[in-house]
Amino acid sequence: MQALVIVAHGSHLNPDASTPTYDHADTIREAGVFDEVKTGFWKEEPSFREVLRTVESEEVYVVPLFISEGYFTEEVIPRELRLDEWDLDEWDSDGTSATHTTLEAADVEKTVHYCGPVGTHDAMSDVIVRRAESVTGDPDVGEGFALAVVGHGTERNENSAKAVRLHADRIEGMDRFEEVKALFMDEDPEIDDVADFFETTDVVVVPLFVSDGYHTQEDIPEDMGLTDDYRTGWETPSDVDGHRIWYAGAVGTEALTADVLIERAADAGANVGDAIEEIRRKTRSAGADAEAGAGD
Amino acid sequence: MTDVNDTQLDALLSAADDGVECDGLSVTRTDGGYRFETPEETHTGLSQPALRELAAQNPWFVSNWYHWNRTDRPDTERAYLRWLEGADERTVPERYEWLADGGIVASWGELRIDIAPGADGERVYTVRNGADGEVAPEELDVRTDPADARGLLKRDDRGRYRPLKTAPTLPTGWAFVDLDGPALAETVEYVYPATIANWYLERRGDLDVNHWRETMERQSGIYGVIKTWDRGEGHEHVDWVAEACCDDSQCLKRREWQYDDETELDVDGGDGAFPCREPCSLVVTAARKWTKLEGERSRTYEFELTPSEKEQIEEIIGTVADGDVEDVREADIYDGANRYRARFLRAKRFDDEDRLCGVPTDEDGV
Ligand code: SF4
Repeated sequence: MQALVIVAHGSHLNPDASTPTYDHADTIREAGVFDEVKTGFWKEEPSFREVLRTVESEEVYVVPLFISEGYFTEEVIPRELRLDEWDLDEWDSDGTSATHTTLEAADVEKTVHYCGPVGTHDAMSDVIVRRAESVTGDPDVGEGFALAVVGHGTERNENSAKAVRLHADRIEGMDRFEEVKALFMDEDPEIDDVADFFETTDVVVVPLFVSDGYHTQEDIPEDMGLTDDYRTGWETPSDVDGHRIWYAGAVGTEALTADVLIERAADAGANVGDAIEEIRRKTRSAGADAEAGAGD
Repeated sequence: MTDVNDTQLDALLSAADDGVECDGLSVTRTDGGYRFETPEETHTGLSQPALRELAAQNPWFVSNWYHWNRTDRPDTERAYLRWLEGADERTVPERYEWLADGGIVASWGELRIDIAPGADGERVYTVRNGADGEVAPEELDVRTDPADARGLLKRDDRGRYRPLKTAPTLPTGWAFVDLDGPALAETVEYVYPATIANWYLERRGDLDVNHWRETMERQSGIYGVIKTWDRGEGHEHVDWVAEACCDDSQCLKRREWQYDDETELDVDGGDGAFPCREPCSLVVTAARKWTKLEGERSRTYEFELTPSEKEQIEEIIGTVADGDVEDVREADIYDGANRYRARFLRAKRFDDEDRLCGVPTDEDGV
């Protein structure tokens, strides 16, 4: 038997923080390739400490629904899951290249394949593009559009900025959008000046965040000038200094994120059959709504 | 009346060669034929057809054996489901009569679990909030997919987010029906995550409790500061934490963690069915705040209050701490925590900067 365990941050204050995690778990459960699909949280239950004991399978693929490598993926999760033999060198990562390592957890008799976070997987670039399709309602969006990928700066975690740049570069390489840029909340190039960085009138802005919350629904919209007060919401698109800004909200809420979770497990050896293809196909129609920018 | 079907009889006959033992039913093969025994009757020297005949006349025992021993299920789930129907304390006839006569009712935290007989000795489970026990499931928001529990139970009846799933604030008005054993366990798992697993570990004597000290020593990042709160001067501060957060009025888990493995806390751990094996994230987060607040030294302030005003302040704190603010009636000016009473006190005793009796908080007069 094989299980997928999605580990995510969760929240004591925001009831919606866990929603994307649950949604992706349901999508993967429906695909039927794992005997069990479980979720575990830092701030909710089951906790990282106790999620593995709720699993029956001997082979467990643990995938962090986090954006970048860093404190959580390197320290908190391995410690709380009791992956005692965990050694950062095992991942042999340059900050965005961790794939997986195989370990034992001290409190259960299971083989744990501990995977890199979803945010740094190549397939996440496709989710960002899908998010742009969703928010514009155009499955072919690209021509006449610029794309901004937004993240924290290096201040809190150097790797988070690396992940943002990784995807911006990859998407630029797809030759699909007129311009592609990485923008940041607390360093240059800053989202506050979003309009200054683009020639193209239409700019899709996709924050590289797992779930919507304070940053994506309050900070970023206000900083970009979509609204003076996040509580009153904003238009999609919004006019900012002669540009039309299509603000997409957290990329992790896009249904296709389930695909990245599965790909992480597959890279670590999980048998996923044709689930990757199936989820890519199924989430396409699901992602065709553009309501994510309503800001409420 | 429970039937026993051919699959069950065939299974019993083929298992008989290796011996069958379950809840009072015993079937063995001896040199002189099969032996069939229940608490009421013993038959020996049976041929295979005779054994089959006898088994068919004892549908309760046979279907009970089949249900528990021939359905592929994890040990944890099996132990839990058997515990719910009291399989270790009640005989098979007792349980089956009970099942037939309105069903067995069990509870788990605030959940009420009804066990009804299904076809051929199967069990059918219904889960509701115990407070809806008298309401017919049809009148509730009826669900069959366990995963619905996540969204349905995220908020309490007042619409507030429930960050602690074992807080005694489970909303009412819903029912999960037509559940088989695995679906019941899954539903319970969504309502109270990991409680079945920990209950089972405890039952086997294997619960891995992590006490306060080791849990706080383990913390890092912004929570690393909590370990500095333990100064080797006793554990009164942890008693306060447990009294604040882990009391049965706040959390249905039975707190098994103590200060450390030699030092018990002075407050009661509660009576819950399922154990709490280490301070949860809510307690850790709160402890971080308290570590900072408790770094302050106490000072002597002088306030002018009437005796009733002093008591009113105590009443307000008590009402907030007990979560009863919403219950204070609009015009109940006899209650010190009434809004008009509190506003009067503020109007009279606060200065323009909202300072009690105009007394500055800091020594420098701020
Ligand atoms: S630490 Fe206290 S509040 Fe938290 S789950 Fe355990 S008993 Fe409940």
